[in-house]
Amino acid sequence: MSTEPISAKTLAELREIAARYPEPRSGLLPMLHLVQSAQGRITPEGIEACAAILEISAAEVSGVATFYTMYKRHGVGDYHVGVCTNTLCAVMGGDAIFERLKEHLEIGNDEVAVQRQGDSRTVSLEHIECNAACDFAPVMMVNWEFMDNQTPDSAVQVVEALRAGHEVSSTRGPRLCTWREAERVLAGFPDGRVDEGPSAGPASLAGLEIARERGWSAPEPPSAPAVSAATDGGER
Amino acid sequence: MTELTPVLTDIWDAEQSWKLATYAARGGYSALDTAFAMSPDAVIAAVKDSGLRGRGGAGFPTGMKWSFIPQDNPKPKYLVVNADESEPGTCKDIPLMMGNPHVLVEGVILSSYAIRANKAFIYIRGEVVHVIRRVQAAVAEAYAAGHLGQDIHGSGYDLDIVVHAGAGAYICGEETALLEGLEGRRGQPRLRPPFPAVAGLYASPTVINNVESIASVPAIVKNGAAWFGSMGTEKSKGHGIFSLSGHVERPGQYEAPLGITLRELLDLAGGVRAGHQLKFWTPGGSSTPLLTAEHLDVPLDFEGVGAAGSMLGTRALQIFDETVCVVRAVLRWTEFYKHESCGKCTPCREGTWWLVQALTRLENGQGTEADLDQLLDQCDNILGRSFCALGDGATSPVSSSIQHFRDEYLAHLSHGGCPFDPAKSTAWAGQEVSA
Ligand SMILES: Cc1cc2nc3c(=O)[nH]c(=O)nc-3n(C[C@H](O)[C@H](O)[C@H](O)COP(=O)(O)O)c2cc1C
Ligand code: SF4
Ligand code: FES
Repeated sequence: MSTEPISAKTLAELREIAARYPEPRSGLLPMLHLVQSAQGRITPEGIEACAAILEISAAEVSGVATFYTMYKRHGVGDYHVGVCTNTLCAVMGGDAIFERLKEHLEIGNDEVAVQRQGDSRTVSLEHIECNAACDFAPVMMVNWEFMDNQTPDSAVQVVEALRAGHEVSSTRGPRLCTWREAERVLAGFPDGRVDEGPSAGPASLAGLEIARERGWSAPEPPSAPAVSAATDGGER
Repeated sequence: MTELTPVLTDIWDAEQSWKLATYAARGGYSALDTAFAMSPDAVIAAVKDSGLRGRGGAGFPTGMKWSFIPQDNPKPKYLVVNADESEPGTCKDIPLMMGNPHVLVEGVILSSYAIRANKAFIYIRGEVVHVIRRVQAAVAEAYAAGHLGQDIHGSGYDLDIVVHAGAGAYICGEETALLEGLEGRRGQPRLRPPFPAVAGLYASPTVINNVESIASVPAIVKNGAAWFGSMGTEKSKGHGIFSLSGHVERPGQYEAPLGITLRELLDLAGGVRAGHQLKFWTPGGSSTPLLTAEHLDVPLDFEGVGAAGSMLGTRALQIFDETVCVVRAVLRWTEFYKHESCGKCTPCREGTWWLVQALTRLENGQGTEADLDQLLDQCDNILGRSFCALGDGATSPVSSSIQHFRDEYLAHLSHGGCPFDPAKSTAWAGQEVSA
């Protein structure tokens, strides 16, 4: 895969990230996200750039980059598909979805599918751990956006639509951007998609809907501010 | 019948609930002036009086944690919000930040004021881009409205918030590993003491709290400690989000007083999926020992679940019916712990590897009954000997499943493999036939 060199703009943004923190090294995780956005993976050049800005050794940066699973030494597709195979999702069908996608894409874990003639975009596949969406099991992530309540068939449809270059939306979020664009958001540069998607998915609202139907709410607050009792200085 | 008590979830069904305008129209950010009229110590006292205990798993009293910050220490104080939510089964903080990010931001301001921090960090796991967008935007909106920055509301109090994305590591939910991540290092836990309250981020006094803990603060400041304490049980006060997942008719988020039972929650959720029975469940994520149908009436508060031999944890109620092989479930969780072990200490690094080997053999029907006792021995070598609670948690599913389902392990041996059909457990099981 050809990688364009890190631009002056990216270098300036890397410095900008470091400057958000009282100690610049705190910026390293988001800086590595930006390297991935700019270069499609963690490159030796990206590691050197972070090391130079933070005045630490490349070995230290490399040690951090290899510790965290979201950092990729090898490139991923335009759309990186993660299938949750932690216990709850696995049992609910995540294992079957992952098997089906491996077979359909003819790849193993953590690989990029071949770009067929006519495909305008690439996809890669990985099995992932619990993504905090168990009430929507089985869960798939595309570029770290939720694709809730999947089946093997729906998962195949999603990857085919993505390869064909169609617009696909998260079931609980925005229109999907590319992996590199998503990595830029993780580096702390918003992309303007925040107002897309719902407030909450259907499962998130399960309890609230029941409360509404039955007229339940939290206890009424007292009419006078009840904290006044605690405003006496609070030395206790 | 315990009634649901939506507080943090109450806004989730509103149009654009994540916007400041929506939040403010419901009284959002009004707790700031209430707090600024109080001394920081009085805010700490109010949170202490409320009985709020940490919602990230361990249940440590929040106000007490804040009072440990040495105010005579000249170094800056920091608040760090733990939004790493990665404990298997736990899925409450993510929808909370997606649907109601401003309650978290308001809570950060109040909590930072109380501990006298002028800089706060929200450490969000990286694998949830849209949630990160929502929190980033909420912080930006709060700055623009004058709720953050210099001299907030003319109070003389300054606060900056940095939203920080993690990069994939369950261990970074452990608070000292999180600090390592936030300092740009590998996420490996630190030796305690010193505790973060004394020497945390940049060796400065630091409070680390869960998202839901911090988000509970605005209503406590606004409505009072007594209001909060009117919900819940004697030692486990207030509201909490209960997350039902798996083989239940209506999985999802149910905000209720602590002390509600699984029987009550299942009743609201339409029961275990039709035609099936409850087999086992986790009360608070995979690191909390499994419970069974015997425990349906255990009050889901810190004391009740503790007395039943498990832990309330994060109220992550993963429900498994009789189609699920407990050995398969436990093996998968154990593979997770092995993968996520940070490698710093031997009992966990080596022990989780051995657990996976032994469980794999049993799942394949190989071995003898003596291997079960060896598994329990291995758990003994990890539990209490590991450097952090990840290792301890890894033993919970193993030992509790052997305690409750020893016969099922043995059935794998006599059957020469797993006697269960995984197809029967899927969300779509049975639908192909009827369609
Ligand atoms: C392996 C491990 C993972 C954890 N993950 C989280 C997490 O994702 N979120 C969280 O709030 N606490 C997590 N904790 C607990 C934290 O260490 C800490 O107790 C908590 O953030 C304190 O906040 P609280 O007092 O408000 O609950 C984890 C602990 C361990 C040992
Ligand atoms: S118990 Fe596991 S995760 Fe914790 S320090 Fe030891 S090796 Fe790391
Ligand atoms: S187990 Fe898959 S999202 Fe939690």
